[in-house]
Amino acid sequence: MFALGTKAVAVAFSVLVLGIDGPTLAEQRYITLASTTSTENSGLFRQILPVYTAGSGVEVRVVAVGTGQAIRLAANGDADVLLVHHRASEERFVAEGFGVKRQAVMHNDFVLVGPRHDPAGVADSKSAGAALTRIAETRSLFASRGDDSGTHMAELSLWRSIEIHPGEASGTWYQEMGAGMGATLNAAVAMGAYTLVDRATWSSFANKKSLNILVEQDPALNNQYAVILVNPERHPHVKATLGRSFIEWLLSPAGQAAIAAFRIDGEQVFFPNPD
Amino acid sequence: MSDISTAFVLAFQLIATLDGELVDIVGRSLFVSLTAMVAAAAIGLPLGAVIAVYRFPGRRLVIVALNSLMGLPPVFVGLMVYLLLSRAGPLGVLGLLFTPAAMVIAQTVLIMPIIAALSRDAMRDLYEEYREQLCSLGAQPHHAVLTLLWDGRLRLVTVVMAGFGRAIAEVGAVFIVGGNIAYVTRVMTTTIALEASKGNLALALALGLILVLLAVGVNGVAAMFGGVTSYRRA
Amino acid sequence: MSVLPLLLKGVSVHAGGQILIDGIDLEIEAGPKTVILGPNGAGKSLLLRLCHGLIGPTAGKLTWSGSDSTHARRRQGMVFQKPVMLRRSVRANIAYGLKLHEIPTAHRQERIERALAQTGLGHVAERPARVLSVGEQQRLALARAWALQPEVLFLDEPTASLDPSGTGAVERIIEDIHAAGTKIVMTTHDLAQARRVAEDVIFLHNGRLTERASPAKFFSAPESEAARAFLDGRLLW
Repeated sequence: MFALGTKAVAVAFSVLVLGIDGPTLAEQRYITLASTTSTENSGLFRQILPVYTAGSGVEVRVVAVGTGQAIRLAANGDADVLLVHHRASEERFVAEGFGVKRQAVMHNDFVLVGPRHDPAGVADSKSAGAALTRIAETRSLFASRGDDSGTHMAELSLWRSIEIHPGEASGTWYQEMGAGMGATLNAAVAMGAYTLVDRATWSSFANKKSLNILVEQDPALNNQYAVILVNPERHPHVKATLGRSFIEWLLSPAGQAAIAAFRIDGEQVFFPNPD
Repeated sequence: MSDISTAFVLAFQLIATLDGELVDIVGRSLFVSLTAMVAAAAIGLPLGAVIAVYRFPGRRLVIVALNSLMGLPPVFVGLMVYLLLSRAGPLGVLGLLFTPAAMVIAQTVLIMPIIAALSRDAMRDLYEEYREQLCSLGAQPHHAVLTLLWDGRLRLVTVVMAGFGRAIAEVGAVFIVGGNIAYVTRVMTTTIALEASKGNLALALALGLILVLLAVGVNGVAAMFGGVTSYRRA
Repeated sequence: MSVLPLLLKGVSVHAGGQILIDGIDLEIEAGPKTVILGPNGAGKSLLLRLCHGLIGPTAGKLTWSGSDSTHARRRQGMVFQKPVMLRRSVRANIAYGLKLHEIPTAHRQERIERALAQTGLGHVAERPARVLSVGEQQRLALARAWALQPEVLFLDEPTASLDPSGTGAVERIIEDIHAAGTKIVMTTHDLAQARRVAEDVIFLHNGRLTERASPAKFFSAPESEAARAFLDGRLLW
């Protein structure tokens, strides 16, 4: 740790004083991965990244934030690889020239969780849309991420599909938390609110209390993760070679197998590749 | 209730077993915040003493500014430093973002105004007592600055500790510029936030207890150091 | 090169719409111990601070002999009513002024030892100054000033907070400093002390220099009504 601090100072020193080029230093044996809290907090990365590092000698440093923020970090060139879960934003990121190519890497699904006594009576809903309609009609508390994350954007598109504008009720039954998934879940537990959560975060979440899954297995709740190399033409310091090799590994049979092997309490929460 | 009692047990276990990850995180927290404290003190203490002694145009403005900056939100400081250190920012070429160095910079910016404003306050009182005597002995203002820093050292230790306390306890700035990367930039506070977000409330609380112990320890060392150089009735 | 005499010409100090020192003309020459007398609020301390240069006059002029004001500054010292002790040892308090006066290290030690011996502080030299008794602190203030070998020493009520034995010790040291060739200018409100110390009396009243005389003349036949009232204990302010 002291060595890291010293190294950073040394890097700054050499860049300033010796005029060494950024790219020379950039090919250190680590890459920075901007990703979402669901992949980091569920423990997925903690299990699969050491596998990759052991084989390649390349360390992967994960900055876990919401999808929206991860994309902004990557657009600023502050990460080498982006792994997030909101297709439209990802495609825009590539289209605007910030990323090289979007490649689907794994998927799981969102679940609608809520208090066990289910005040809105959504447990027997046929679809997520129907459940959200019930919540809006009964004005039952709903905790939204409200933070531009992948989960937040998925939730908003669900509301759009049933033509309800919960934003108009913001501050009443619809609460925009402006917080990460974990904080939103903690708040939902405390308030007895419904909320949308990805299955991996839910399975690894340790403070469920009276919350449980009420709606799942709706195709509309699919949650696709994709990986993108930050465009080295846009940001020359990006460690393109290392980043590319990491992406190749993720999509390789070995990487996909590592993802499939990840379990939370015996449950598989991420499923390899196809869109 | 059970979370709270579990937290005490967990905290004890973590310390007793010298949990490797905990040691790494505690070490980094201390390294980052102590370095920031030293850097902020190196700027803030002389600045505080200079403002206490010298009269110059705009002095009141500087005092008001420092006093206001004491309340800087860590998240704001974090964002500013992020924008500076981001690859897209003016200092991006240094590649400091998501390193402990970036965290040191952010915490230094955060606590420097606190140390400057509080030391200026302490120095002002002392200077009121000393001014005529120093002047009579032929001290120039720059002598007075050095004299105040030395003679006020006991109170300045407290001032610097206040800065350290704020640094080691803040999460907003280090989260943004450090990225909370495991084994690279993860510190006590970001771990607490992370564990809370995973719903591991007892573990988060246990880490919080350890953070308190840490702060007590550092202040204890400072008090001992102060005791050595202090006079019984000084 | 002597800095005395000090000449005051029409010196006034105004503050907050009040006239605190009112057009004082005065010459302070080398030699006798000058005592400034006057009731509370007469402006005694202010006059000392003016002379010592701690405050500037609103009007009028102070002139030290010889034109170099930095030189004059270094040739004078002052002891305050409440001794200001630096937060360090007795020895370091004395050394502080010597360092500021750029006395070579070789001479410093000798001067410190002499000042300690002359003020009877040798046995507490290593103690923190702030744990000394008030009497010892005032002696240290005298030692610190004396070590700089000033040509003039201003003393502002130096015994006001001391008991009789402390007062006696301070008066003895003042005598010694004077005997060693330093001009003494001292304020007091204590008539008995003035009678013991003074060789030259300046009487202030309401910021004005009302009378200046030898002690023999001042204490037996003061010229002004204010001075008579003061000596009789009738003039309280």
